[in-house]
Amino acid sequence: MQYLVSVIDDNNTRANDDEMAAVAAFNQRLRADGHWVFAGGLAAPESATVIDNRADAAVFSDGPFIETKEYLAGLWIIEAADLDEALKLGAEASKHCNRKLEVRPFVEL
Amino acid sequence: MSSDDLDETITRTYHEQWARVVAGLARRFGDLDLAEESTAEAFATAVARWPDEGVPPNPGAWLTVTANRRAIDRIRRETKRDDKQKQAQQMYDVPPEPTGPIEDDQLRLIFTCCHPALSVEARVALTLRLVGGLTVPEIARAFLIQEPALGQRITRAKSKIRAARVPYRVPSADDLPGRLASVRTVLYLIFNEGYLATGPDTDPVRRELTTEAIRLTRLVRELMPDDGEVAGLLALMLLSGARHAARVSATGELVPLHEQDRGSWDAAVIGEGRSIVRARLATGIPPGRYQILAAINAVHTDAADARDTDWSQIVALYDQLLRIDPSPIVALNRAVAVAELDGPEVALSLVDRLDPSLGRYHAYHVTRAELLRRLGHSQESRAAYDTAIGLVGNSAETAYLSRRRAQLGVRPPTD
Repeated sequence: MQYLVSVIDDNNTRANDDEMAAVAAFNQRLRADGHWVFAGGLAAPESATVIDNRADAAVFSDGPFIETKEYLAGLWIIEAADLDEALKLGAEASKHCNRKLEVRPFVEL
Repeated sequence: MSSDDLDETITRTYHEQWARVVAGLARRFGDLDLAEESTAEAFATAVARWPDEGVPPNPGAWLTVTANRRAIDRIRRETKRDDKQKQAQQMYDVPPEPTGPIEDDQLRLIFTCCHPALSVEARVALTLRLVGGLTVPEIARAFLIQEPALGQRITRAKSKIRAARVPYRVPSADDLPGRLASVRTVLYLIFNEGYLATGPDTDPVRRELTTEAIRLTRLVRELMPDDGEVAGLLALMLLSGARHAARVSATGELVPLHEQDRGSWDAAVIGEGRSIVRARLATGIPPGRYQILAAINAVHTDAADARDTDWSQIVALYDQLLRIDPSPIVALNRAVAVAELDGPEVALSLVDRLDPSLGRYHAYHVTRAELLRRLGHSQESRAAYDTAIGLVGNSAETAYLSRRRAQLGVRPPTD
């Protein structure tokens, strides 16, 4: 089963070298243990562009779709047997990237 | 069998078998909703049939078989609708997987209901419904929540368990201490809500909740007999619950410990609580929070008269508790004991140095009011009673505090 692990940030600073190194090592382990699906860090929310092409023409607008103090700073997608395993991995990930996380299951098809 | 006997048999069977049947079905079908609804149907069938057909020789087995049939019927109905007959076929044609001891099913159920990924409110509601077998209206009444809101809370928790795949198993040894702590917290919350209701629009003391909490804690203790803190929690509930009859006066006021009629405490229940405390002490294993709280209550019950209370031992136990749980609430309770040992002045200076976050807690103001009163500072005492009364929710406690405040006007003779 796959889980989205969202990295939540509120201070607009990039990960420092220690955090980057810890996350890289953690990602190696995720790969080795078969939990890895995807991971990546995101640029600042101000770099976002919102698109709405539900009507006649695509409308592009600047900025995140919702202004919040806390925002999505990066994400993992992990493979885990169940929520307990996902929470255990998430707890490690939070330690390594030094940020708060949210773990959320994908809908199973 | 008379109809009273039959009612009693059904009620007893319900209490004894509900959690076992739900837990077995939950394991077999991996679906809490299905387990709950099918078990409820099986009991409804029992209520309808047993008066005519008689109570089966093995009611538990009868209920399990009936609930399993109901569950399979439900799956058939739903899968027909969804046209997934094949999948269902697989599900109920598979012989039940080899099972561990039945107790494991119930433990799985308890740990799932008390999973830390659920909100505390959801854990409480789910535990009372799925393990305790209380109905949604019963739980809603107990926690002063509207039935639809409570029903939604339970439904949401169950769908989270399904969608996020909360595992249905007893946690591994690594996780067990933390997970068991969550189970104990849920049980203690249920007990406390019954012991001293937080809201004003209900009976101040609700035995149905304390009784249920004790019953569930007994169950967990049977399942995990080696856990000292579960034993301690049970002892704490027994020793506090045994004072039930003495805790609220005929006029509906809460009666403080030192004014209670100790003759009306339940001696048998106290005896059981104390023997658990003694057995834990005899292990020589350092006690945790609940065992220490139970020991404190045991000391109180040692004294035939409040004046004979061994306060030095109580203060020593609070010191021990503070070392493992250095919270301002523990420090406040310790100060109350210190007042009896070293006088109100020493205690008040302790209380006044406590964390200001306690200002939101009514017991802090009650303690200050009582200490100030004993020191003759009526004005300040009255102000503290005012604040306490503004914060308190329990109707019996409000009544007691209002009377204490009113007594300040006329100078109390000996206080």
